[in-house]
Amino acid sequence: MSKYTALKKEANKLTTLPKTPTGINGLDEITLGGFPKGRPTLICGGAGCGKTLFSLEFIVKGVTDYNEPGVFIAFEEKAHELAMNVTSLGFDLEKLQKDKKIKIDYIHVDKSEIEETGEYDLSGLFIRLGHAIDSIGAKRVVLDTIENLFSGLDNEGILRAELRRLFQFLKDKGVTAIITGEKGEKTLTRKGLEEYVSDCVIFLDHRVINQISTRRLRIIKYRGSLHGTNEYPFLIDEEGISVLPVTSLKLDKPVATSIIKSGIPSLDQMFSLGGFYKGSSILVSGTAGTGKTSIAASFVNAACSRKEKSLYFAFEESPSQIIRNMSSVGLDLQKHVDKGLLKFYAARPTLYGLEMHLVAIHKAIQKFKPDVIVLDPITNLITVGSFSDVKSMLVRLIDFLQESQITVMFTALTLNSIINEQTDDGVSSLVDSWLCIKDIEFNGERNRGLYVMKTRGMKHSNQVREFVITNKGLDLIDVYIGPEGVLTGSAREAQVLLEETGMVLHSNALGRKDRELLRKRKVLEAKIESLKTEFESTEEELNKVYIEEDIKREVITKTRKQMTQFRSGNYQKPDQANPKEE
Amino acid sequence: MSKKYELRLYVAGKTLKSTTALSNLKKYCEEHLKGQYVIEVIDLLEHPQLAEGDQILAIPTLVKKVPEPVRKIIGDLSNKEKVLVGLDIRTKD
Repeated sequence: MSKYTALKKEANKLTTLPKTPTGINGLDEITLGGFPKGRPTLICGGAGCGKTLFSLEFIVKGVTDYNEPGVFIAFEEKAHELAMNVTSLGFDLEKLQKDKKIKIDYIHVDKSEIEETGEYDLSGLFIRLGHAIDSIGAKRVVLDTIENLFSGLDNEGILRAELRRLFQFLKDKGVTAIITGEKGEKTLTRKGLEEYVSDCVIFLDHRVINQISTRRLRIIKYRGSLHGTNEYPFLIDEEGISVLPVTSLKLDKPVATSIIKSGIPSLDQMFSLGGFYKGSSILVSGTAGTGKTSIAASFVNAACSRKEKSLYFAFEESPSQIIRNMSSVGLDLQKHVDKGLLKFYAARPTLYGLEMHLVAIHKAIQKFKPDVIVLDPITNLITVGSFSDVKSMLVRLIDFLQESQITVMFTALTLNSIINEQTDDGVSSLVDSWLCIKDIEFNGERNRGLYVMKTRGMKHSNQVREFVITNKGLDLIDVYIGPEGVLTGSAREAQVLLEETGMVLHSNALGRKDRELLRKRKVLEAKIESLKTEFESTEEELNKVYIEEDIKREVITKTRKQMTQFRSGNYQKPDQANPKEE
Repeated sequence: MSKKYELRLYVAGKTLKSTTALSNLKKYCEEHLKGQYVIEVIDLLEHPQLAEGDQILAIPTLVKKVPEPVRKIIGDLSNKEKVLVGLDIRTKD
């Protein structure tokens, strides 16, 4: 993690304190490298807080990860009991002992067997310890729990002097040691061991709040080194201890500009860039039964189809239940599971506290390294923590996911009460995109309306779309906005039908008008034809009159000429006058 | 008294406490267990591996193996009464 390496560099400039990596998941990050090398570290805490396991893992990891042999001096449990207790974690102590990598020495102090007379010292313990260290060349030593000496031996004055000498002896030997101590009434340890171990003190705590237990770890003091100061939750599971430094200090995450598809094409279209930013966080909120899980499943399905790894955290349903239910909407998640692209992580919210959930989520993510994760639903986590707890957990989770460039989709159940709207608001300020599904109750049925509440960094549609779930998948349909308002579901269907009917009627009406026009045209054309004929006959009539007139006039003119000739007596050659008269 | 005492005294080098313990032990044994005891002195500096067997922490430690029960007496054995009680030679009053 970048911030830790940065801090580490800073630390290296300031101090040259050499450190021994513990190999415990996450602890080396908080301590910026491990425990002080060649010095004793005190681990204290109440009964059952994991002191012995912690120190044993320090020894085992020393051998397996760093090739540093270790000595475990047990004052409480016998070697084979210890070995049995940790086989469930996959530590084979018997074999490691045979290989001379680990030496477990059980020191038994029985008050009933011992009588004290006069002066003594604990050279016997030193000799045993020295012998154990030398015989395997140990670099790490654990004393668990040295306070048991106090119950076996009466002379506290001698014991305290000898303890001081013991720690000096360990320092002289150059071994990195862990001393465990039971938590006292007012002091860190019952016998005040902290006054001898001044270099590094780690406090383990096991708290039960609301019937849910959480293990936490805190570095009380670390002389000569920077370290994380918070309480860090830790988890003991089949792989040992995991401490996760879950509080991030800075807001300097890398951002991506690439786009990731939601798996619902019509939903992608609501965003100007056609999907969500990679590494962003998406919240899908809605009331019960609005299809939040279906959206999440189709998001995961799309990611797996792109050959991206997905991790599905289910807090409500079991994996097989989700797979079965999603096959009813045409999503085959099983094939992705079979290919190893999809993994489910199902846990009841009440299984452990919020912090532990966070640690478990971290672990699962670090192990599987997914590209996409889904948390379904986050609102169920409120059952194990207050609202502010959930929020602070999600802040840290989103932080971690952004750092790893993992896209996350949360689903959140909203009830129609005011309190839960606040829940939305609280979480929504953290997320980059927020899809909201609302019930639209109208016309005696419920339909789903989906809208995009916000998307950081891109434009998005402001329209409410009707969200439909069919057996072929999910789809968004534009809602019908008619004179009576927004229509969805069967009302929308009815409106669509109504419009279709209207279209048919309309086109029919148009056809009739066309034919009418045609007929009119025909009538008119016929009329025009007859008028034309009439006109022709009239014209002919008129022409006939003209010709007759012409002829008449000619005849009259001719006759008049002849009459004139006759009267004057002039002779005119017949061809000059009128040849016709010849 | 026919009991046979097997006593082991664990020491670490020739320290003042060790020599005091050994001389005290010899004195008491001569007084109370004449002829019935064997003292074995083990120097852990020479045989550190032997410390584990008898669960030795403190130095000097006197271990009474036989007769049963096993008892350990730590210190320089300067308190005679306690040593004798510890060795079951004398019962506690």
